[in-house]
Amino acid sequence: MLQFLLRRLLYMIPTMIAISIVAFVIIQLPPGDFLTTMVASMAAQGEDMDQSAMRALEEQYGLGQPVHIQYLKWMQGILFRGDFGDSFGWNKPVSDLVWSRLALTFVLSLASLLFVWAVAFPIGIYSAVKQYSIGDYFATFIGFLGLATPNFLLALILMYIAFKFFNQSVGGLFSPEYTEAPWSWGKVADLFAHLWVPVVIIGTAGTASLIRIMRANLLDELRKPYVVTARAKGLPEWRLLFKYPVRIALNPFVSTVGWVLPTLVSGAAIVSIVLSLPTTGPLLIRALLQQDMYLAASFIMLLSILTVIGTLVSDLLLAWLDPRIRME
Amino acid sequence: MESPILIEIRNLKTHFYLDEGTVQAVNGVDFTIHQHKTLCVVGESGCGKSVTARSILQIVDQPGRIVEGEILYHRPDRLAAFSRRDAMSNENGSNDSNDSNGSETTEIIDLAALNPRGREIREIRGQDISMIFQEPMTSLSPIHTVGNQITEAITLHTDLLEDEAKEHAIELLRRVGIPRPDERFDTYPFELSGGMRQRVMIAMALSCNPALLIADEPTTAVDVTTQAQILELLEELQDEFGMAIMLITHDLGVVAEMADDVVVMYLGQVVERGDVDSIFHDPKHPYTQALLKSIPRLGVSRNRQRLDSIRGMVPDPYNRPTGCMFGPRCDHFMPGRCDAVNPPAIQLGPEREVNCLLYEEE
Amino acid sequence: MAVTDVKTLSPEAVAPGAAEAEIESSVSVASQWQLMWWKFRKHRMAMAGGIVTLIIYAIALFVEFLAPSSPGVIRADYTWAPPQRLHFFRQTDEGMRWDPYVNGYKVEIDPEALKRTFVIDEEQVVDAGFFVKGEPYEMWGLWEMDLHFVGSTDPEVPIYFLGADRMGRDLLSSMIYGTRVSMSIGLLGVFMSFFLGIMLGGVSGFYGGTVDNLIQRIIEFIRSIPTIPLWMGLAAALPTDWPPLRIYFGITIILSFIGWTGLARVVRGRFLSLRTEDFVMAARLDGANEVTTIWRHMVPSFFSHIIASLTLSIPGMILAETSLSFLGLGLRRPVVSWGVLLQEAQNIRSVATAPWLLIPGLAVLVAVLALNFFGDGLRDAADPYNR
Repeated sequence: MLQFLLRRLLYMIPTMIAISIVAFVIIQLPPGDFLTTMVASMAAQGEDMDQSAMRALEEQYGLGQPVHIQYLKWMQGILFRGDFGDSFGWNKPVSDLVWSRLALTFVLSLASLLFVWAVAFPIGIYSAVKQYSIGDYFATFIGFLGLATPNFLLALILMYIAFKFFNQSVGGLFSPEYTEAPWSWGKVADLFAHLWVPVVIIGTAGTASLIRIMRANLLDELRKPYVVTARAKGLPEWRLLFKYPVRIALNPFVSTVGWVLPTLVSGAAIVSIVLSLPTTGPLLIRALLQQDMYLAASFIMLLSILTVIGTLVSDLLLAWLDPRIRME
Repeated sequence: MESPILIEIRNLKTHFYLDEGTVQAVNGVDFTIHQHKTLCVVGESGCGKSVTARSILQIVDQPGRIVEGEILYHRPDRLAAFSRRDAMSNENGSNDSNDSNGSETTEIIDLAALNPRGREIREIRGQDISMIFQEPMTSLSPIHTVGNQITEAITLHTDLLEDEAKEHAIELLRRVGIPRPDERFDTYPFELSGGMRQRVMIAMALSCNPALLIADEPTTAVDVTTQAQILELLEELQDEFGMAIMLITHDLGVVAEMADDVVVMYLGQVVERGDVDSIFHDPKHPYTQALLKSIPRLGVSRNRQRLDSIRGMVPDPYNRPTGCMFGPRCDHFMPGRCDAVNPPAIQLGPEREVNCLLYEEE
Repeated sequence: MAVTDVKTLSPEAVAPGAAEAEIESSVSVASQWQLMWWKFRKHRMAMAGGIVTLIIYAIALFVEFLAPSSPGVIRADYTWAPPQRLHFFRQTDEGMRWDPYVNGYKVEIDPEALKRTFVIDEEQVVDAGFFVKGEPYEMWGLWEMDLHFVGSTDPEVPIYFLGADRMGRDLLSSMIYGTRVSMSIGLLGVFMSFFLGIMLGGVSGFYGGTVDNLIQRIIEFIRSIPTIPLWMGLAAALPTDWPPLRIYFGITIILSFIGWTGLARVVRGRFLSLRTEDFVMAARLDGANEVTTIWRHMVPSFFSHIIASLTLSIPGMILAETSLSFLGLGLRRPVVSWGVLLQEAQNIRSVATAPWLLIPGLAVLVAVLALNFFGDGLRDAADPYNR
């Protein structure tokens, strides 16, 4: 088990390096850099940039130097000083901006994941056991509907309904009195009271696909000979179902975290933009549109790393659940 | 000496309702299983052997179900069952069980009439009648330990406590020839070889000392040496535990070695049944004759004769012939008769029947 | 045998079950495609999905004719005009008469917000009609036409069947034009990912070993990155001064850049399982070269699966494009896609004033749902021997 853990951790290192490179390169793709954008936007507002300040910035980030030098400078800052560079759009170090938002993104994604599981698992089992029943068709249909509705559309519709019929706003993660308040139990409670709306919105598509996966897995397992063995032993159907096929179908279900998590993080980004939640989404899009490169790259990188870590956790969970993987 | 009847199957029909049509997997099967005896059911793949066996336990997979017929289980009386259990726990392995239940069957249950998900059939499964399967690889859950799966069967049907059940399970593992059973208790099936897994299956099946062990091609998926060992083990265990065995196979060599009685099936019907000697030495049905001709024999093949194979192919299940099922492939086909009448069972002697118009008395 | 029996009997003598028996007896000789069609046909939702998909693509084909006007026509005096319902019959003295019309608008001033709003005026009648002459257009860019499927008979008075947006643009026309863009971007993106996927997946599955390992790692890597941020990053990298068509292709390439991984996995899985099949071995032993082995023997055997997987990846592409355009990172006017239209609905105030701006979302929903059902049915049918 320990060996398994170590091997998985080792695998992660090249993945993380690759992620950081990809994040950085994407940000480098557009012509020009943030300095030129900044100069242009300042010029548009009729201002001029101080030449010496420009020099200093160019020096600090190695602008004008080859991309790999810029990348290395950036990485050096992150690894040795925890410095992700500065956000020019906010005039602050990136690290001041990302962590709280990343934490909320994490909470939101995790809550969505739990929601997705809690809903998909029982419905998937029901759908498989009662295959072709009315309930199965209904679940399948709702599932398809959930898959077909873009997250943001659902968010818009909910917002519209809340606004039109309840005259309420569903945006945000906190009530106004807590928005700027320091963390307290009250604020945590407030967070959870607000959290369910985005969680349900983000979770819909994932729930729909997980129901289908659970159903398919379980249907496969139900046809396996060991089920017949267990039945021939005289086990009651329900006990049999949960001890064997459901338990075994749980493994591939858990391993879906690997791709459910990226979709949830994606969903969280876009839903947060619509609902203007204080997570990474809205900041990321602003950063991208303004070519605020270090901020955008840091977000893309950290979100991806978060996902990779989530996948690692699910792999460990899977190893714990499945002796075949554990003993490999 | 005839031993008392254990299972009596009368006109059993199990059909599968598929979208493409109805498959009459078992279509009017009659035979009996006697206590402590081994009955072999032979036939090509797809002839309904397995479905017949599964019908007995009511574990036919969807969308199949028993549509007609009776499966009468003559339940040996409780006392006898207890004495067998005592005999086993005494570890003496004496054969006294054979005398102790010399026959008073008190209860006759029609298994075909029981609700497949009901309590009654569940109590019979694993306790009175247990089953082992062809694929020892997949017939055990891959993520539960061997011990867990055996003790489950024990605690389900007895009042034994967890640790008593464990002790019993380890004892069973030793009995089926698994070395270091107390260590093996905690291993997972994927850590064992095919032969070992089949032994585990046997241990599990015998854990509640059943009156009948159904073995559905137990040696098909293992190599020849292991096959011999498993069959030998089954024979030993039969002497010791005193259960009847219903052995399903397509291997006539296995039949010759194991069987007391033989049932030959073709396309969901019994074509011939009788004791092993008369089937091998005096086969009546053209199909049985053809089957016997198709096995290679040492010494006989010296003159480089080609092995006989049965003409034609098994017809597809949606397209069954009229009249005798074997008609289209039969060398003695009588036009106008064999394709008109489904031959009834013709008594040739006690427990000796053939379903063929050739033997019809005028 | 049963078939010949049926033929020799006179029609009256055929028992009710005979037709069924005929089907049953032919199950054993039916070709793979026939079996697939039978299986697909039984899947009612898939049939419905297939039909809706066909209709949507037909709409995409004939947008110029179907749309009452072109999507970019701005009429500032019709800001946020609500939808006008089409009435087919008109009440006259002689009773109901076939004469399509809509009710016109009247302007009301909201005393609080001091805002002009349009409301439907039951008194006013604007004549509408089918196959009316209207704004001229070039059909498929090939020839001039001015016939529209439905519209106002008076070119001076526009009709908004689904309402107007902030700039008085007709939502129905925009949506119909958007169909072409949204649906084609899905198709095009899928074809691009298809080539990437089948190539890399095929190479991976066919050769196995190190190549396989490398490609698998790359796939895993791409899949582990959350798609939306990645897409956002890539889309933001497209220069804003590119012409619309180039942006369109750029977005398509970005979408397929991530979309190919799923297909590659399917193809690889198939290759791995087929590689050891006897018929592939036989082809190899016969001296067929690798390309022949792959294209003549292996690909046909999982072609049906590929089609199903392709169909199932179109919705993902459509949703992705919609999301990107919605965020303002994807397509931009004058190109209209459903996502571009939904961008108008980005803030709650516009939605509150003009809820009909959400209607393009319905189009996305219907298209994606139809494609999903269709693809699901195809996938089930793709393996007719499997139950």
